[in-house]
Parts: sequence; structure tokens; C-alpha cells
Amino acid sequence: MIKSELVQAIANRNPHLYQRDVETIVNAIFDEITEALSDSNRVELRGFGAFSVKNRPPRSGRNPRTGEAVSVEEKWVPFFKAGKELRERLNAK
Amino acid sequence: MGDRTLTRADLAEAVFRKIGLSRTESAQLVEMVLEEICSTIASGESVKISSFGSFLVRDKNERVGRNPKTGEEVPISPRRVAVFKPSNVLKDRILEAHGKRAASGLELMRAAE
Repeated sequence: MIKSELVQAIANRNPHLYQRDVETIVNAIFDEITEALSDSNRVELRGFGAFSVKNRPPRSGRNPRTGEAVSVEEKWVPFFKAGKELRERLNAK
Repeated sequence: MGDRTLTRADLAEAVFRKIGLSRTESAQLVEMVLEEICSTIASGESVKISSFGSFLVRDKNERVGRNPKTGEEVPISPRRVAVFKPSNVLKDRILEAHGKRAASGLELMRAAE
């Protein structure tokens, strides 16, 4: 499923809304999560999961081709942990 | 900054600010979007949101685990798990925002010396 299909599915269930409004809504949700993570905040959605930012401290790595030592800068990466309900639904028979 | 946890209510508020719907309906739409994504993943189908990231379903084989308290070996049954692969746009946004803050923090420390 891609974003336009998600928008379509929600629009089908809300005939009183224009499709472009549903698109605005879906974008607002993901923009808000993106903004929160950029500000180093967490987003916790019970049943669905939680988004957070993980810090990767600087380290010295190696160029795998030449074996040369290179320094790798500190990094911040987005992380998602699936919620309990989602984990259970994935494995429900 | 950095110490807040956003919830459904914050997402509903963002939707409310963007579009002329009631707060109640904004909250219902947030719920509907999350439920649609959840049920799609639960059915085993991945969900790709451009410029945000993809929710993928991975199949895990059975493996041997260990009870960390007793050290006892226990089999971990085969299962499906959801993983999130962030898009480059999202990764770059987060890296840039944090890098800038780290840089301005360093400057402040130098100025104070």
C-alpha cells in the first residue's frame, strides 16, 4: 500500500470529505511526526507503536575496501518500535 | 525541546489546525488512518509513505533464545514482525536538525569559556 492508496481508502469511508482534504489530513499526520522527531521528541501511539530518535556516538570505522581507518561522525537516526497490539495482530491466526 | 512525548491528541490537534473539521472528527480521522495502516500491516502487506518511510513485514524463523533470568534455553516460535525503514528525506531532516543544534551548543560552550 502506498500513500495515495491509503488516502483513497480513507476517502472511500468518508464520502463527505474531498479526496484532497484527506490527503491534507494524512500529510499533516506524517509532517507532525517528522517535526516532533526533528525536535528530538518522542511520538507514542498506543496500539500502533512509538517513534523516537536514537543517538549514534562518533566512532572510528574502516573503509572495508582499503582497510583505512576513517572517523564516523555522531548520528541521529529515527527509530520505530511496533506496539503490543500491532505485534499481536501480526501473529494472530 | 526533546523531552516531550506526543500522542494521538497532538496529531489530532495538527489535523484540526490544518483543516476546518471539528476536534472530534479530527481525532476520529487520525484513528482511522492509524487503523488502516495497522490492519494493512497485520494482513502482511507493507505500507509505503513517500518522503516518510516504509512499514515492512518480516518473517522470522524459529530460533533458540534464552531466559535471561534463569539461563534456560527456550525455543522462540517463528513469527512476523513489523519494521520501519525511514526514508532518506526523514533521515536527512532529523540529522540536519540535530546537527545544527549540536553545532550551536558547541558555539555557546566556546563563547562561555
